Amino acid sequence: MNEKSIPIDDMDRRILRQMLAAPDLPTAELARRAGLSAATCWRRIERLRARGILRGQEAVIDWRALGWEVEVSLRFTLDKANPRAFDEFVAAARAVPEVIEIQTFLGRVDLRLNVIARDMGHWHEIYRSSILTLPHIAEIEALMLVSTIKDGRGLPL
Amino acid sequence: MRIEIDETDRAMLRLLAADGGMNAGALGRVLGISQPAAWRRLRRLEEAGVIAARRPVLDQPALGFDVTVFLGVKLATRGRVSLDDFERAAAAIPEVQTIQHVLGLFDYRLRVVARDIGDFERVLRRRILTLPGVGQVEANVMMSEERRPGPLGPPDPPGGAV
Repeated sequence: MNEKSIPIDDMDRRILRQMLAAPDLPTAELARRAGLSAATCWRRIERLRARGILRGQEAVIDWRALGWEVEVSLRFTLDKANPRAFDEFVAAARAVPEVIEIQTFLGRVDLRLNVIARDMGHWHEIYRSSILTLPHIAEIEALMLVSTIKDGRGLPL
Repeated sequence: MRIEIDETDRAMLRLLAADGGMNAGALGRVLGISQPAAWRRLRRLEEAGVIAARRPVLDQPALGFDVTVFLGVKLATRGRVSLDDFERAAAAIPEVQTIQHVLGLFDYRLRVVARDIGDFERVLRRRILTLPGVGQVEANVMMSEERRPGPLGPPDPPGGAV
């Protein structure tokens, strides 16, 4: 528990667990699996929304299905002598359309960009023209995605 | 599978990337097409696997999960069997949200959620470091995360200002 956490009870937890396991269920079926009446389940979902716990739905796009075959996780260490390094790097990275994710870290790595490309030739082109030209880079490491074994946002509720 | 998409499909995916909860009616209204037409397009994108999943977005800190850590994992032993064993065991850990097999400095990237740093340490020691075949592990605590629409944007304006 922390100062931001909102207490939820066992009923909420049951609903969220079922929802994470099968996001597309109609409310009636969700209620059945959570062992609640449809009316109670609906009210609880509304309350989870109102309290900001349930923020909405996210659509996961499979870029490979659209012909973007290459996905690379690029890990950056920045030259932190410049206090604007983070902001300027992130602003420049946002302007690269092939960047699909930007994350910042505390650790050996400062930042990570998830970058996609149509094929290896395209990747090479993006890397040279849009990535290596980003400001304040001290070090880059690349991890090439082979396959995704698990991809979810489940929580041990 | 691979499908061709047109500008309307792209606009639909852009809308869904911003709000994955939009249904065919809402999408149709914004795109200026009928609900059945929007529904047909949506279904085509889903069937082709372009929209791989729709999932609820939860406020993790509000639920008491304050820490997200990315782990780079190197296996100590390699070979088909050790990969399978590692993947199966890692996928069964509830705190592990994503597992990606990668090429490079590490063999796997894991996204791990925990209540706090103490809880993360428990998960790391009891569950991750005991995984079959696990070797070197590097942890980076995530501070912020931003999803971008990716290459779905409208064509660059003349002059390519973006």
